[in-house]
Amino acid sequence: MTLTRFKRARGALLIAFALAACTAENTPQVAATEPWLAALKDPLGQIVAMRRLTEAQYRNSIADIFGPDITVAGRFEPIVRPVHELIATGAAASTISPAGLEQFDAMARNIALQVFAEENRAQFMACTPRDATAPDPDCAARVLVPIGRYLFRRPLTESEVAGYVKIAGDAVAPAGSFHKGLELALAAMLVSPNFLYVIESAEPDPTSPGNLRLDNYARAARLSFLLWNTTPNEALLQAAAEGRLTDQAELARVAERMVRSPRLEDGVRAFFADMLLFEKFDEMAKDQVVYPRFNGDVAAAMPEQMLRTIVDHLVARQGDYRELFTTRKTFINRALGPLYQTQVSASQGWVPLELDADDDRAGLLGQAGFLALYSHSGRSSPTLRGRAIRELLLCQPVPNPPGNVNFTAVQEVHSKAMPTARIRLDAHNTDPVCAACHKITDPLGLPLERFDGIGAFRPRENGAVIDTGGVFEGAAFQGNTGLGKAMAASKSTTECVAGRAFQYATGRVPEDEGALAGAIEQGFEADGYRIQALFLRVATMPEAYRITSGPIGSTTIAMMSPNRSKTGAKP
Amino acid sequence: MTFTLDRRTALRGAVNGMAVAIGLPLLDIFLDVNGEAMAATGAPVPVRFGTWFWGLGVNPPRWFPSKIGADYDLKEELAPIEPFKNKINILSDFTLPLDGKPNLPHISGGIGIRTGMAIASDRGLPGTSFDVSIGDVIGTRTRFRSLEISATGDPRNSLSGRGNGNLNPAEVSPAALYTRIFGPGFRDPNSASFTPDPAVLARRSVLSGVTEQRQAIESRLGASDRQRLDQYFTSLRQLEKQLDVQLTKPEPMQGCVVPGKVPELPVNAEIENVMRNHEIMADLLVMAMACDNTRVFNMNFNNGASSLTRIGSTITHHQLTHEEVLDNRLGYQPEATFFVNKCMEAWVYFIKALDAVKEGDRTLLDNTLVFAHSETEFAKFHTIDNIPMMTAGSGGGRVRTGLHIAGEGTPVSRVGLTLQQAMGVAVDRWGTESLETNKPLRELMI
Repeated sequence: MTLTRFKRARGALLIAFALAACTAENTPQVAATEPWLAALKDPLGQIVAMRRLTEAQYRNSIADIFGPDITVAGRFEPIVRPVHELIATGAAASTISPAGLEQFDAMARNIALQVFAEENRAQFMACTPRDATAPDPDCAARVLVPIGRYLFRRPLTESEVAGYVKIAGDAVAPAGSFHKGLELALAAMLVSPNFLYVIESAEPDPTSPGNLRLDNYARAARLSFLLWNTTPNEALLQAAAEGRLTDQAELARVAERMVRSPRLEDGVRAFFADMLLFEKFDEMAKDQVVYPRFNGDVAAAMPEQMLRTIVDHLVARQGDYRELFTTRKTFINRALGPLYQTQVSASQGWVPLELDADDDRAGLLGQAGFLALYSHSGRSSPTLRGRAIRELLLCQPVPNPPGNVNFTAVQEVHSKAMPTARIRLDAHNTDPVCAACHKITDPLGLPLERFDGIGAFRPRENGAVIDTGGVFEGAAFQGNTGLGKAMAASKSTTECVAGRAFQYATGRVPEDEGALAGAIEQGFEADGYRIQALFLRVATMPEAYRITSGPIGSTTIAMMSPNRSKTGAKP
Repeated sequence: MTFTLDRRTALRGAVNGMAVAIGLPLLDIFLDVNGEAMAATGAPVPVRFGTWFWGLGVNPPRWFPSKIGADYDLKEELAPIEPFKNKINILSDFTLPLDGKPNLPHISGGIGIRTGMAIASDRGLPGTSFDVSIGDVIGTRTRFRSLEISATGDPRNSLSGRGNGNLNPAEVSPAALYTRIFGPGFRDPNSASFTPDPAVLARRSVLSGVTEQRQAIESRLGASDRQRLDQYFTSLRQLEKQLDVQLTKPEPMQGCVVPGKVPELPVNAEIENVMRNHEIMADLLVMAMACDNTRVFNMNFNNGASSLTRIGSTITHHQLTHEEVLDNRLGYQPEATFFVNKCMEAWVYFIKALDAVKEGDRTLLDNTLVFAHSETEFAKFHTIDNIPMMTAGSGGGRVRTGLHIAGEGTPVSRVGLTLQQAMGVAVDRWGTESLETNKPLRELMI
């Protein structure tokens, strides 16, 4: 998939290079009739948001622009997730530390080295320098301008072109190589804030005097990173150049085409990995004595199983979001086989699995990844699971536990008198201070108790039968299957994902969060809860592109939002 | 352009052509008679500052000395520091007033100590941590402005940064830390010859090119994003300085011995792995300072809500502090205390490693000021008054050592103020609201 699109992008690059003739003048001659060689005039529009590229977006951008065989080796400074929000909103407040930039610099040099290495460079060279050991500003411009346009997601400005051509030229003499100069100029582009940040710029909104709206190139980047989690391709940059993306009908047409593409899978994966806090999988540790079956392969397979289930159901089958909590279709590989009592050979890779109708594992919450992530290292936790369901899937934050708590009862996992977690939690909850919050979390976590701390099925705990009764929004049910149906029936479930999608698209939590999520949810309902429709909606709704101006020099976008306190206490 | 400095040339120059000085370690000749300045240039021996963080506090009655002042007594949990007692100060009885803001468990304490601010909600560092302010004064001439390290595997385990919710991420892998310090960019300060690397020179000009874009972007920015862009360009300047350092012939450093390569090792929160990774990374950090590649560091042994685990235990250190029964006979939680003891064991290893490097008459520890602290006093109750804190080393003779100083209920920001002043930061008032103070710890200052 990446390759297909890459070829398309590459095709565009090659056309540009074929048209470009090399001249021997000292100043770069750039023909304005060739859009890939045209330079923008300063100044560009006002910047209303700067969103740092995530690791996946960086990797996808490099693969799309330079090809999948260019390796990106290095560590990415993590983007801090604001509590109860998305990494996408954290990215809009993220800076780059000295250590982080040191890493970006090392990666940049390494990528540039590969791109202009003798064996790779031919496809990026629009011209042959007059002398491979002498500066050639014109040829340098012809190579760097199209690359810069892809990296900065807009044409370079005239002063940027001059700057990069100068870097390339200055480096030729000491290095004795024209190509070394290009390499340095590319490395400079790759550490530029114009590449490391998706810079959203705005223009006056003709439909709303006094206010701003995102401009064409910012819209191209928005669509591309939201829907495909990568940098805008040639078609999008062209649409932006022609000013088509500020036209509502045209914007919808472009977005619709992108939503129908199989590449939507990349966008949906990135969204759910963010919404479900998948960065926590990197730190998940299980006790080897308690869970000898758990190892690195199992840990790696867990998030992948969840994402495969999600994209298969939502994208490939165009399923109803609510049925994600009840679907019996999933995938397993060799590492997950034992947890699912199914043998899969390594050569089979990932294979589809349809659970039996009476299997309590159906839906996303019965998957080993969810169950294991929200457990302790050596035992399951109805409280952690219930809290994760409330906060991540229903958008209902749960208060932190108070300081001085007597946990004596819950921790005695081998107690004969209190063999199950439910009995232990009941004892713990004789304290009314604790009971208030546990009433919110536990009735959603206890139905999952037939799955242990790594998500393996267990009929009993300490020899005692497990009671999987639960309650949600006033209705009682049994087990994970019952929980999944209750989740599917709740408006909170669909409102939560609708609101998250808007935040993910825009990188901000709107002031009127509840009302907006409600409005998006209504549309989502009308569209039969299809994820394509939801993504299309947040990709095209005018509110997502509108910027209301505050006092001079400041905008309400991308500011540190105030502490929103919400009670998760819905009975 | 090639600089050459043969050790013997330096030696002859320094001792006026006399025979090799007998009775002095060979490399002492690089320092002047007092061991306080470089013989060749007269530049002062570098002074270093760093923090050493451990999460989840201590059992206060088993840790804090009873005696105030010099020659303090050592209780069970502090006993391991005995060999270094004269170089360590214990700080007790300081408070962290929150001005009505909630006590965010495991978050308010560490951030309050490092920024002098009580945070209202968990959105990361609200302001510049004082290690960064100190680094801006003493850390600008080395290859790395500072090194951040976490021994438990999470790069977000850091209390250092310039605010706005962002932090300086921590290095978690010993092998990666080795490559970062002693990999291709490293220049041995004691190497006989020095040739500036033309590739570094070229990169230096590349970064200048990026800096030149600053104005074009800034003119388009609103206030909040400008601040973030400032932080980016601060980072960029640091990167430029790193390259400048690589283009300059380094001062010879007596204690600098380039360590051997470190293999890839498992990185996780299991205590034995953490102990080993901490030791390796402490050794690398010590050598990075001995070779003058950095003068500022932040070592995080474990995280605030400690995720340390122990093979065979079903829950983490953090959960133990809350869930484990207080043993009435012992008076503490034995399983949780196992981890407290491990933290102190690691702290002593760290101090010992610093003290093992000789710099003239002093040791690297003497030329360093280390500030060690936790984020809670007693984790079971999340108390944030009387958070245990220590300093080690005299920062090149800038602070007194061997004392137990009691704050008598004064704000903990006094400690941050004192350390900044000791390290030459021009600040006479620090902290916000009730944490604002202009009263340094006079007992510490020389």
